[in-house]
Amino acid sequence: MLLKLAWRNIWRNKRRTLITMASIVFAVILCVLMDALKKGFLDEMKKNMVGFYTGYVQVQQADYWDEKTLDNSFLFQDSLPQLIARNRSVTGITPRVESFTLAASEEYAKGAMIIGIDPLKEEMVTQLSEKIHQGSYLEATDKAVLIGEGLADYLKLGVGDTMVVLGQGYHGVSATAKYPIKGLIKFGTPDLNKGMIYLPLKESQQLFGMDNRLTSFVLQLKDIDKAEIVQTQIAADLSKEYRALHWKTMLPELDSFIDGETRENVVFQIVLYLLIAFGIFGTILMMTLERQREFGILVSVGMQKFRLTAMVILENSMIALFGALMGTLLSVPVVFYFNQFPIHVTGQLAKAYENFNLQPIFYFSLAPEIFYNQGLIVLAVAMVLSLYPIFKIARLQPVAAMRS
Amino acid sequence: MENSKIVIKTENLTKIYGEGEVAVRAINNVDLTIKAGEFTALVGPSGSGKTTLLNMIGGLDAPTSGKVWIDKVDISTLSNNRLIDFRLHNIGFVFQAYNLIPVLTAKENIEFIMLLQKRPKAERQQRVLALLKEVGLSDKKDSRPDALSGGQQQRVAVARALASKPKFILADEPTANLDSKTAGKLLDTMAALNHEEGITFIFSTHDQRVIERAHRVITLVDGAIAKDELIEYPSDHAQPETA
Repeated sequence: MLLKLAWRNIWRNKRRTLITMASIVFAVILCVLMDALKKGFLDEMKKNMVGFYTGYVQVQQADYWDEKTLDNSFLFQDSLPQLIARNRSVTGITPRVESFTLAASEEYAKGAMIIGIDPLKEEMVTQLSEKIHQGSYLEATDKAVLIGEGLADYLKLGVGDTMVVLGQGYHGVSATAKYPIKGLIKFGTPDLNKGMIYLPLKESQQLFGMDNRLTSFVLQLKDIDKAEIVQTQIAADLSKEYRALHWKTMLPELDSFIDGETRENVVFQIVLYLLIAFGIFGTILMMTLERQREFGILVSVGMQKFRLTAMVILENSMIALFGALMGTLLSVPVVFYFNQFPIHVTGQLAKAYENFNLQPIFYFSLAPEIFYNQGLIVLAVAMVLSLYPIFKIARLQPVAAMRS
Repeated sequence: MENSKIVIKTENLTKIYGEGEVAVRAINNVDLTIKAGEFTALVGPSGSGKTTLLNMIGGLDAPTSGKVWIDKVDISTLSNNRLIDFRLHNIGFVFQAYNLIPVLTAKENIEFIMLLQKRPKAERQQRVLALLKEVGLSDKKDSRPDALSGGQQQRVAVARALASKPKFILADEPTANLDSKTAGKLLDTMAALNHEEGITFIFSTHDQRVIERAHRVITLVDGAIAKDELIEYPSDHAQPETA
């Protein structure tokens, strides 16, 4: 009966109920879109920077992070990857040699990072071949390079052209060579696009005069959100000669940026939900005040106040839930569309984004929590706002209420 | 009537609104006894305290001092929740403005009280139909209040008041919003319920038709009983319940 009463009560003033529901629907759609956009954008950024470059956890020689010189590299031993692989959260390990060099064409030169990779293992960890925009992926025996599209543009080089690299190798040896460009890589992050060179591991060790030495192992994880836990576990197993780092240590600016953006999103959502709350509260206020007489009658004839309270909470929850459910359902196809067809920013705005090292593409995340969180938040808002009628009903005097 | 069971008793019942110089003594030391089966009219000029007295007897308003016993229970000692429950099981209300629940049909309005009492479904349905028949509204059972005339709504209100099988029914100006013919019919229904089933009715009223049908007329003036007249019961009247 309580449910029947609540259901019929919310439709007593259809227009008001529909307007309230509509305000919740649009607010939920807006919140879902904002959240999906923000999460999509940040996830993509994280994927580009962390997933394709640093990895979520790295194992390095203990001093390498503080002084990134090849002199702080370590000798490859099977025992180290075997030790790391014992951690069940690690699903892949790839070795790397990294050093900063000068890349040059006939007319231009630019600083760039050379990364020596095992093409097969790298593919399993970072799926690098997916980023090949022109040309083809490396093979372990190649004496060729993959370079970022931005670097190629700067140096005015293309696939098949030759690039010269000049740098310093292990223990100060000179590292100079020329390589044909086998492919161009297009990264989402402008900085990576303009400064990355990939070389097969053996060739890079030869270039830098560091036979069988590495600068890091990059780990692939089962759950990237547990990077810090895995890093702590692995660090505990390593000898003092090595150090494990998670991505937040390696890319502190990115971590701060994501953190800041997430907080900004929370503030935005709070403002939006405050607007929703006032909309719902308007309805609750009207429904409570204009029905004082009716509440008085119900209490007079023998309805306990807790039942009356339950009825009012049910009414508010039904309006909030229907609104949230409709909003969520309507937002799914919109978010799905933008997930499949991200928004590409063009012109001056795109350049402005690139200047801030941001990819000028708006991705939308389809993470399920984006959708169900909105329903839960709206329901929680309705519950909190129900305190008002609860307070009014608790203080209700039947005679005074019936006179109103 | 002398041996009838007492259902309502008030002792030094007083209600004062406001404080100090603006205090108004709405009910002033009223001692009153109502016996089972009575058809009593509380009369008096506006502001004489009829509705206030009725509200205190019904446990809707708390007295400033004095006591109200309903069937030997001092309702002034009951907590709010127990008082609501006490009203549900012991007192029926008929209000001037009908006060039906607008979103429920006639049948549901009557059944609602029994649902609050947690009566079994079969009993509820049987009693609702019987009550609707008794007030002559069997054909309107699925109508909501806004589809019923004032008289019909008030008859549903009477049926609702009867649904809980109360010890007595308090009716506050039940005919005030009705035309003469409708009011007459409603009073006939209530009189018949009192006459044939011995249901106790206490009216607060200005309506001469109610006063004419009453067996006891209590006149209130300035919150005090000015006159208490007993009118003899007709010979075929249901015998009042004895103590």
